[in-house]
Amino acid sequence: MAKVKGDIVVDTEKCKGCEVCIDACPTHTIAMSEDVNGKGYHYMQNIYDACTGCTNCAIVCPDGVITVYRIKV
Amino acid sequence: MDGTITKEAIFKPENIVYKKTSLMTDNILSYCPGCGHGTAHRLIMEVIDEMGLESETIGIAPVGCSVLAYEFMNVDMQQAAHGRAPAHATAIKRLMPHKTVFAYQGDGDLAAIGTAETIHACNRGENFTTFFINNGIYGMTGGQMAPTTLPGMKSSTSPYGRDLKSMGHPIKMTELVAQLPGTYYVTRQAVHTPAAVRKAKKAIRKAIEIQQMNVGLSFVEIVSNCNSGWKMAPVQSNHWMEENMFPFYPLGDIKVDGKLVEK
Repeated sequence: MAKVKGDIVVDTEKCKGCEVCIDACPTHTIAMSEDVNGKGYHYMQNIYDACTGCTNCAIVCPDGVITVYRIKV
Repeated sequence: MDGTITKEAIFKPENIVYKKTSLMTDNILSYCPGCGHGTAHRLIMEVIDEMGLESETIGIAPVGCSVLAYEFMNVDMQQAAHGRAPAHATAIKRLMPHKTVFAYQGDGDLAAIGTAETIHACNRGENFTTFFINNGIYGMTGGQMAPTTLPGMKSSTSPYGRDLKSMGHPIKMTELVAQLPGTYYVTRQAVHTPAAVRKAKKAIRKAIEIQQMNVGLSFVEIVSNCNSGWKMAPVQSNHWMEENMFPFYPLGDIKVDGKLVEK
């Protein structure tokens, strides 16, 4: 079976740290950063290597800060 | 096997499966963290983008939190006085019938000060689309009680909960306009989970397609959160919405193809 591997790029300066994406992630691969951005918000980031590129986080993101990539391996 | 895939191999333009539509501007949204307005804006713009209507669309921004919608939606926009978006939309659609016209309104705008405009525009069967963002509160001005506030729900002007005897009952605008012969498609959606977002996007697309058929008004309510007004964290407010808003404002189609959906 073809496996897929995904990854995300986050516009960290625009992320407001609402954590809605973390609730939506089926593989629990994203979490909040310890650092803060210019506005003082913690931003979301991909910390584990489990992303499948399902786009769930990106479509619930109110601020549209997530770009999702996916390849077949 | 996974170890051999580098970040550089994944981050290529041809591997993009989702990115923000170019019809949303690069301005940082003025909404609070976790607010459903941002998702609703993006869904509408994605549908317009996918249908190739960006140069044929005119949106009406309301008064309320989304008063700055024209800063974020990269299409032609008009700013209406409080509650008067349906009047603007009517005029624009009648003068330019080939354009796609939508009114984007919140519950304080559409269900309070603009009730008469909304009901009469729906009753006349104007061929535009209304997007109604319902969060049960006046979010912009500090969380006061709105016509859509739930029974017993606390707000800054009903600190002990909405008392039905003295403050009246919440108004279900979407069910109300579904009764009018001028509406063709009336639905209620939400944007708090990926599944809800996908359904809402389909409903928005259907509403725009119905506008192009010139058969009557299409009305999409989006039940949204107001975590600042409700004094909750964003994720907590989404769960609160599921538990409290959805029993009173059930999701789903209310009127399809000009006929009420039987439940």
